Amino acid sequence: MNWFRDYLLPRGAASHAGEVDGLFMFIIYLTIFFFFFNGGLIFYAVRRWRRRSAGETTPHITHDTRLELVWSVIPLMVVMLIFFWGFKGYVKAWVPPNDSIEIVVTGKKWVWQFEYPDGTRTLNDLHVPVNKPVKLVMHSEDVIHSFFVPGFRLKRDVIPGRYTELWFTATQPGKQQVFCTEYCGKGHSDMLATIYVDTPEQYEVFLREGDEQVRKMPLKELGKLVYENKGCATCHSIDGTRGQGPSFKGIWGHTVKGADGKDYEVEANYIRQSILSPQAVVVQGFEPIMPTFQGLLREREIQGVIEYIKSLQ
Amino acid sequence: MAETISTHGAAGAAPHLDYLEDPKGLWSWLTTVDHKRIGLMYMWSVLFFFLVGGLLALLIRLELLTPKQTIMTAEQYNRLFTLHGAVMVFLVIIPAIPAALGNFALPLLLGAKDVAFPKLNLASLYIFWIGAVMAVSTLLLGGVDTGWTFYTPYSTSTGGGVSLMVLAAFVLGFSSIFTGVNFIATIHTLRAPKMGWFEMPLFAWGMYSTAVIQILATPVLGITLLLLVMERVLGVGIFDAQLGGDPVLFQHFFWFYSHPAVYIMILPAMAVISEVIPTFSKKTIFGYKAIAFSSVTIALLGFLVWAHHMFVAGMSLFAGAIFSFLTFFIAIPSAIKVFNWIATMWRGSISLEAPMLYAINFLLIFTIGGLTGLFLASLSTDVHLHDTYFVVSHFHYVMAGSNLTAFLAGMHYWWPKMFGRMYNSRLAAIGCGLVFVGFNATFLPQFVIGSRGMPRRYYNYLPQFQDLHVASTVGSWILAAGLFLTAAYLLASLRGPKTAPANPWGGRTLEWEANSPPITHNFEGQPVLQHGPYDYRANPAPVGVEDAH
Repeated sequence: MNWFRDYLLPRGAASHAGEVDGLFMFIIYLTIFFFFFNGGLIFYAVRRWRRRSAGETTPHITHDTRLELVWSVIPLMVVMLIFFWGFKGYVKAWVPPNDSIEIVVTGKKWVWQFEYPDGTRTLNDLHVPVNKPVKLVMHSEDVIHSFFVPGFRLKRDVIPGRYTELWFTATQPGKQQVFCTEYCGKGHSDMLATIYVDTPEQYEVFLREGDEQVRKMPLKELGKLVYENKGCATCHSIDGTRGQGPSFKGIWGHTVKGADGKDYEVEANYIRQSILSPQAVVVQGFEPIMPTFQGLLREREIQGVIEYIKSLQ
Repeated sequence: MAETISTHGAAGAAPHLDYLEDPKGLWSWLTTVDHKRIGLMYMWSVLFFFLVGGLLALLIRLELLTPKQTIMTAEQYNRLFTLHGAVMVFLVIIPAIPAALGNFALPLLLGAKDVAFPKLNLASLYIFWIGAVMAVSTLLLGGVDTGWTFYTPYSTSTGGGVSLMVLAAFVLGFSSIFTGVNFIATIHTLRAPKMGWFEMPLFAWGMYSTAVIQILATPVLGITLLLLVMERVLGVGIFDAQLGGDPVLFQHFFWFYSHPAVYIMILPAMAVISEVIPTFSKKTIFGYKAIAFSSVTIALLGFLVWAHHMFVAGMSLFAGAIFSFLTFFIAIPSAIKVFNWIATMWRGSISLEAPMLYAINFLLIFTIGGLTGLFLASLSTDVHLHDTYFVVSHFHYVMAGSNLTAFLAGMHYWWPKMFGRMYNSRLAAIGCGLVFVGFNATFLPQFVIGSRGMPRRYYNYLPQFQDLHVASTVGSWILAAGLFLTAAYLLASLRGPKTAPANPWGGRTLEWEANSPPITHNFEGQPVLQHGPYDYRANPAPVGVEDAH
């Protein structure tokens, strides 16, 4: 009867989906059985005891304690079985293993943002390795959303002002659809995301070079994204305002005076050095407070920042 | 059953006019304290809003015929499904059976002249109208797009007429409380002589259980909704996390009312079915006490299960387990009732008049509605199905399918008593069949849409779900055809002469001893109970004698 399960449910793609599906199908068969059982009794009664004359008399049967006990106790036993079965599946999906990869999920109208342990961020695309436990730590920036992965049989609300967790071990490489299942307004039905369940090799590539979206993004745009997301914007303005560090506006190709009194031309190698070893040259009048971004930015992201600064004339 | 038609029935040349004409004039209706007139006005109001809510539903189904835009924008769709839900829940399903049929039938069933507090009864109708006008006038403020559940913080941050809609629900709550108070007092004090608690028709037990929920749970909703308005208007931080509140608290408060409210919707339906099945099986009800006590049990247990709406809302594991466990117990009294009704039909003399056809409809639809609840009470399967179309379908089977078919059963059952006219029974059978086919065609596909993962309240959907949405939309047209046909032959019947006999179905409860339609004071003199409510023996035992069986 696998065809029936596959008709009703999307293909299970997480470690505990099988147990949920087992219970689901059990209740399906129970429902079908009792529908036809009750329907059959009613149909039989109507056929057998259809009124044939107005004067018909009927037996006066007020109750039957034994029969009533039977139809109270049997349903009770069945529902208790379902309770424990469902509880077991719920508990299994409750506590994540200690070695789970932790990914922070932020829901906001109407996008899903994912942040990985290395600081990488993606929008509406979540990359996870196959057969490794993954824990999502979720919160919302506005109203309540809900993170639902039908293929994983998992769902949890994403709530402002608190964290909720969800964990899974994906078992099938490929794509999984994510829906928002708590009504959140105009864009609710378009608040979708895709989980890419990667093979270990694909996941390595993702961690090294970013997801496809980032890999295809023009350098200038990538640089802008890095500027906004990796903290550059905190100290370096793009409109000429003086912050903790020099503004990026119009510095490309110009010469700056270092704290050592020498002149430096702002070109690609200078910017690269300033990102990876910021203390090598500090512009006169500024504190040597910038941290290094060694290991935090990918090679292509550094090129992106260079292109971005070049564009800020 | 001719001998049970009382001497002051239709046969006697009645000197009094019936309640429909005594006295005449619009003003006399607007100022009436007669429970039958109030019941009828409730019924026409409910039917009007049922038409409104139903047309909204047809528009929703039409929009869902294709993914993306079919006939309206996302904003319009969100306002539409909110209004559909609010109208159907607060203006149709909750008042349908208690306030419309209950008001009309309960005093008659008890052999009383009226309800205990007739003026309170009229007040409840006016409050209902005020609340209804408030709810509908939110459209003038740009509508409401929160869903009928008003979840925070969405409801405190969105625009439109949310405050007015919430106040409308608050006002409507009072109308519901007034009816509940009235029914409890009526059942305690106005039963006919010799009518003990266990000689009451089961309809009264159902109304009593409903009334208990109405007066205990509705105030909690009222307070919650006021807190919501305070937060929206005055910025008091109760539910909004940014103001230091807790958005999930709202859900607890809301469902503490709204889950018992589900039983405000289903208990009256069960109450009607418990009257119809014995009458058309011409056989005493099987397991009177089991049915009576299961109503009370459902009413009480209904207060302990609210958080099963919140298994994925970040509750603790322990709380989830408790609420799931308790929820399963509700299944038992419901199952008992269904088996009792079927056992009542067993070895009966079954006549398939329209009310009985609708009662059988109810049994089948409620069986599906009840059993699909098991998926949602169970923790691991609920995680998958929560807030999908599976839930939409489940609650439509229970709240719409079961409640609606029971309401139609009751309306067809008491229609001759209300208006003194019979309707075309052949058209009624066709209408009933169309309603059954249409309802299942609309909602069965939605179970599969949901189990395959489509969430509810979705304006746009993935193309893979379209086939089943098309089936569902076509089903909604069949359902609508059945309902319009029903409206047509019922309204047509009102143009005929008042020829219905006092007891057209051979019922054994007291309302059939009154004229059709009854006089303003229901009975000429005080009826005295001669036999139990469903006693079909040739020489019934006098009241109060316990059966040896």
